[in-house]
Amino acid sequence: MSVPFLLFFVCGVLAVTGALLLIWAKEPIHSALSLVLVMVSLAVLYLLLGAPFIAAIQIIVYAGAIMVLFVFVIMLLNAGAEEHTDFSRLAKYIGLPLGVILIFWAAYWLLRSPAGGGGVTGGLIAGPDSTQRLSKQLFQQFLFPFEATSILILIAILGALVLARKQE
Amino acid sequence: MIAFVYKRNVITIFMSIELMLNAVNLAFVTFARAHNQVDGLVFVFFVIVVAAAEAAVGLAVVIMLSQNRQSLSIERINHLKL
Amino acid sequence: MEFISQHPVLVASIIKIAVLLVLLMTALAYLTWLERKVIAHIQSRWGPYYVGAHGLLQPLADGLKFLFKEDIAPPVTDRLLYTLAPFIAFALALTAIALIPFGPPSVAFLHGQAVFSVADVGVSLLMVFAITSMGVYGVALAGWSSNSKYPLMGGLRSSAQMISYEVALTMSVVGVVLVAGTLNFNEIIGGQSGPFWHWNIFGIHQGGFPQIIGFLCYLTAAIAETNRVPFDLPEAETELVAGFHTEYSSFKFAMFFMAEYANMITVSCLATILFFGGWLSPFPDSWTWQEFLPGAGLVLLGIYCAYDTVTEMRGMARIQLAVVTLLCFGAGLICLLPAVAAVILGPFWFVTKILIILFFYIWMRGTLPRFRYDQLMSFGWKLLLPVSLANLVVTAAWLAFGWGKHG
Repeated sequence: MSVPFLLFFVCGVLAVTGALLLIWAKEPIHSALSLVLVMVSLAVLYLLLGAPFIAAIQIIVYAGAIMVLFVFVIMLLNAGAEEHTDFSRLAKYIGLPLGVILIFWAAYWLLRSPAGGGGVTGGLIAGPDSTQRLSKQLFQQFLFPFEATSILILIAILGALVLARKQE
Repeated sequence: MIAFVYKRNVITIFMSIELMLNAVNLAFVTFARAHNQVDGLVFVFFVIVVAAAEAAVGLAVVIMLSQNRQSLSIERINHLKL
Repeated sequence: MEFISQHPVLVASIIKIAVLLVLLMTALAYLTWLERKVIAHIQSRWGPYYVGAHGLLQPLADGLKFLFKEDIAPPVTDRLLYTLAPFIAFALALTAIALIPFGPPSVAFLHGQAVFSVADVGVSLLMVFAITSMGVYGVALAGWSSNSKYPLMGGLRSSAQMISYEVALTMSVVGVVLVAGTLNFNEIIGGQSGPFWHWNIFGIHQGGFPQIIGFLCYLTAAIAETNRVPFDLPEAETELVAGFHTEYSSFKFAMFFMAEYANMITVSCLATILFFGGWLSPFPDSWTWQEFLPGAGLVLLGIYCAYDTVTEMRGMARIQLAVVTLLCFGAGLICLLPAVAAVILGPFWFVTKILIILFFYIWMRGTLPRFRYDQLMSFGWKLLLPVSLANLVVTAAWLAFGWGKHG
């Protein structure tokens, strides 16, 4: 029971707990905070999987910026507790069983593939990410998508600005 | 996914979309580690960036919607016309 | 003992964390003392003088006050968030310090664990930024969960300020990363080895561009990021009562307070590592007499304290000063031992440089007026960000075309 394995287990539990809290929380701000918890535990998992750069990017971008945006919007709109309405019958009788079946099917295929199952006990061996390797690929092979995403972000900023302006 | 179908608050629905994207990211990182390739991580990078852009625009839409409808319940934001 | 040899990482980490916590708490407390003394002297008065000799027990008195003060519980919207916010702020501020190396990694104990840094990740610089970027949550949640309009305004303004200046902060540092070629702290410091003109702020060591502009941008963005004067409008007393921590009393307020000072220390540590060579000494390594500097410095301090003891009038203060004198002499003599002197040189230089930068921080607080909020935001986005981007572009061009390389 080495320390990396224990840490992996703890983070996995935290991530799943956060996801469940997201669903069950009554106030949207509790949901937002549990999503932050999920993201941070996922970042630690990425660290354990040998991808420190992605872990740092996840915290900086996802947990540190996107979720802050969510929290701001919740505060601005003063979103209160949820109203309780009945679920539609379609969702209850067909949706939920299908969802459960989907989960089991995905788990089955994952465990069956040759790469699944035993990866984590390798612990902290350096994985595929050294930042240099990643950036080489990013700037050589994937240069066009990289530039395209920067234009995408620009469009998103403009769109958000236009949408959020007060209607005159 | 369950939250996406069941919850009534628009913002919570949005957050469950982010949760799904995160789960996909985790799968990608795991597979990148298993095959010892770095391409999976490149895709994770792009997913994070695109999710950021989409969250920004989506939240702007949510703010506008709530100002127009004075409510955040998805049953009341049903009508497509403004 | 076998447990130690089987899990050297775990045991060493626990010991290092414990020692670091103790030292850090003491440093935080005495940083408040230093700040009050320096601001007082800038304003032509003495600071705390009465509580201990020269006010040295003042932080202890303040700490006791915070512990015993009545914990007022206002009618908040969400008790969980209200209690959680200061803990988040404080925990994040302390976590960022775990990644900082205080000395060379070659000094090792317990089966080769580096003594001076608690954690060494491959991308430590990015991790520190990740942790500080989460600090926005403490402020925003504190402002929102206090059920009152001043904290809400203060909290929203303060968090908007923090996320704006985060961008400029990160951009101003990328120049250094380009010169050093790595995101790891130990390697960044290693690239600056040698006498002080090899430091990154002069930048000529590895063919890079002098990072003076980067340093100035970084310092400005860091002051804004930690909500200090001249950027402290969201928590200024004359403007918004006390901003986002209006509704907090005693222990929780103390946590916010300490979180702010811990953030200051983190940012100063980053500045020394990135721009001033971290734990390297400014003199060339061949001057071996510099090993005796810490010891000699402490002994001189002891002599000054002895003089003070003799000339002090009040009995209690005299006894305290005598104790301090003995401590200084003792520590100085220990540091003069060759075994200890070689080890303590790295942290000594690191702490000296941090103290210089912190003194600069406190000096700014005592001297400058504060920005108005819209001036603050336009400064961050319209001036600081373009300047740091320009610095980045120029550094990249300098490196790419190789104008700085000699042969």
